[in-house]
Amino acid sequence: MEQKDVLLDIKDLVVEFRTDDGVTHALNHLDLQINKGETLGLVGETGAGKTTTGLSILKLVPSPPGVTVQGSIMFDGEDIREQSEKVMMTLRGSEISMIFQDPMTSLNPVHVIEDQIAEVYEYHQKVSHEKAVEKAHEILELVGIPADRGKEYPHQFSGGMKQRVVIAIALAGNPRLLIADEPTTALDVTIQAQVLEMMKDLRNKFGTSMLMITHDLGIVADICDKVSIIYAGHVVEHGNLEDIFDHTRHPYTEGLFNSLPNLNDRKAMLKPIRGLMPDPTQLPPGCPFAPRCDYAMDCCSKSKPKRVYRNDEHYVECHLYNEQNIKEGGVINRD
Amino acid sequence: MTDTLLEVKGLKKYFNTPRGQLHAVDDVSFTIERGKTLGIVGESGCGKSTTGRAILRLLEPTAGEIIFEGQNIEELSDNTMREMRRDMQIIFQDPFSSLNPRKTVSQTIMEPMQIFNLYNSKEECMEHVLHLMELVGLAERLVNTYPHELDGGRRQRIGIARALALEPKFIVCDEPVSALDVSIQAQILNLMKELQNQLGLTYMFITHDLSVVNHFSDDIGVMYLGKLIEKAPADELFEHPMHPYTQALLSAIPVPDIHYKTERVLLKGEITSPIEPPKACRFAARCRYATEQCHNEDPEFREVTPGHFVSCLRLGEF
Repeated sequence: MEQKDVLLDIKDLVVEFRTDDGVTHALNHLDLQINKGETLGLVGETGAGKTTTGLSILKLVPSPPGVTVQGSIMFDGEDIREQSEKVMMTLRGSEISMIFQDPMTSLNPVHVIEDQIAEVYEYHQKVSHEKAVEKAHEILELVGIPADRGKEYPHQFSGGMKQRVVIAIALAGNPRLLIADEPTTALDVTIQAQVLEMMKDLRNKFGTSMLMITHDLGIVADICDKVSIIYAGHVVEHGNLEDIFDHTRHPYTEGLFNSLPNLNDRKAMLKPIRGLMPDPTQLPPGCPFAPRCDYAMDCCSKSKPKRVYRNDEHYVECHLYNEQNIKEGGVINRD
Repeated sequence: MTDTLLEVKGLKKYFNTPRGQLHAVDDVSFTIERGKTLGIVGESGCGKSTTGRAILRLLEPTAGEIIFEGQNIEELSDNTMREMRRDMQIIFQDPFSSLNPRKTVSQTIMEPMQIFNLYNSKEECMEHVLHLMELVGLAERLVNTYPHELDGGRRQRIGIARALALEPKFIVCDEPVSALDVSIQAQILNLMKELQNQLGLTYMFITHDLSVVNHFSDDIGVMYLGKLIEKAPADELFEHPMHPYTQALLSAIPVPDIHYKTERVLLKGEITSPIEPPKACRFAARCRYATEQCHNEDPEFREVTPGHFVSCLRLGEF
């Protein structure tokens, strides 16, 4: 992989939330890479640090209590961490945009839709209000909403349409990186299908890179090129779709798959991951997944596992593997 | 001879709104056999939760009959109904708002027993609470904790223990796992299934998640805008969906398998308003097979093959 293809490169990122009750370790040495034109799925459960990752890229982690302790976030060769707030304000919305999870609360209820979209053009492209509204109408049509509904307020729209408006706002600046934080979680399945199809079309049209934050492996299979599995603020397995779905290595990834009801065999009992996510204020010293892992050995609770590569892309951090046996698989049973 | 626990006939629930009557549930009929699970799926606003609540008379139905163990509970007085509720319980969707934040785990589980004066002494009561906690997998040390100290999965276990406290025969489960992470969701689903086998419970399982309902149910009913539009045994429904809406719904599930390729049926538009709906097929506006007739005639809910009910006018034509 040539270096110039990389759009976003997060290395060794550590983010903590320091409160009177203790220090919450949200991100622990997180590594993440997105190439130009690619969609990366960031998969994990509640509290794994998915949203904190998204906010870090935009430098929007609330501080206090949030503190970025170490690491770098290189966006197109520049470290986001070193940018001033002034520079960030020009980046946000034009170079990097974010779609938030809940379309019901991410729109301003007292402004009409078209003004909320036009704001992006006025701010970033310094065009007149009339021109900006005109452009807002164009992008509304693009996401499948008739332009004449631009004069309406958010409460007059359904959930699916609101999410389209949010996507329109995110796309208005023609960003190079789109961060989508569970964009369809609040939507019904048929509406979700519509929105996902639309996002795929738009991505292909504009060549936008995308960070797809989700807990749904079905969505990942549908829309992503690569997958990073995040657990307790750290990527435990990463690879392309085939690596993750067909050559699963990490016990946590296996657990995620086995927790899903199988559409083809409904009689089968589910195999849940036992226990709960570790308390982020008191992470175990070794592998964070060790207390819930069926394969855990003595060393797992003592030392952090090293990264082992299966191929150029696919890596896993787990004591079960070394350079030899990772190629063979062997340890994990997935059915 | 089948053993029917619950029979619902022509259930209607209308709400009055400033713009007219909202037909939340419109002429829904079905039966549930003892010890079985009926899954009800549909998208938000289709009336699935209202159906669940109307069956328990938590919402007074506008019309229809609800026959539980041969007795029409619509005709019962408030007092008899209260007795009846011992047999019919509900587990709510959101374990964060359905528990009283000022009550400890034991107080929450104990409350139904106290209302019905089931036990003579506090000790006996407490013994039963601990038994229930063990049954649903809550550690005894949590007995005096408050809901805010617990995670979603544990809270949902409290909700289940509370529903079981009166040893009901029938439980309406209203999206019991929607608010939970997948790994926790699987724990709770397994627990509910075990409890069903152990205690012979009958469930009505309301959800929008089709893979969950498929896993959990014996029969599945699909609702759309207040109508039950298709009902069949779970395998049959997934293998031979007949209604165009069911077909679209099934094709829209994202499948966690990269080799699974499916022709996705994308629906146009969104659910239309349930306020004063016209006498027509409710799905006609979004249906790609809809004809003139579909916009003018309300299709009948009929049995097409044994056990498989569908309401569609153009059935077999596409």
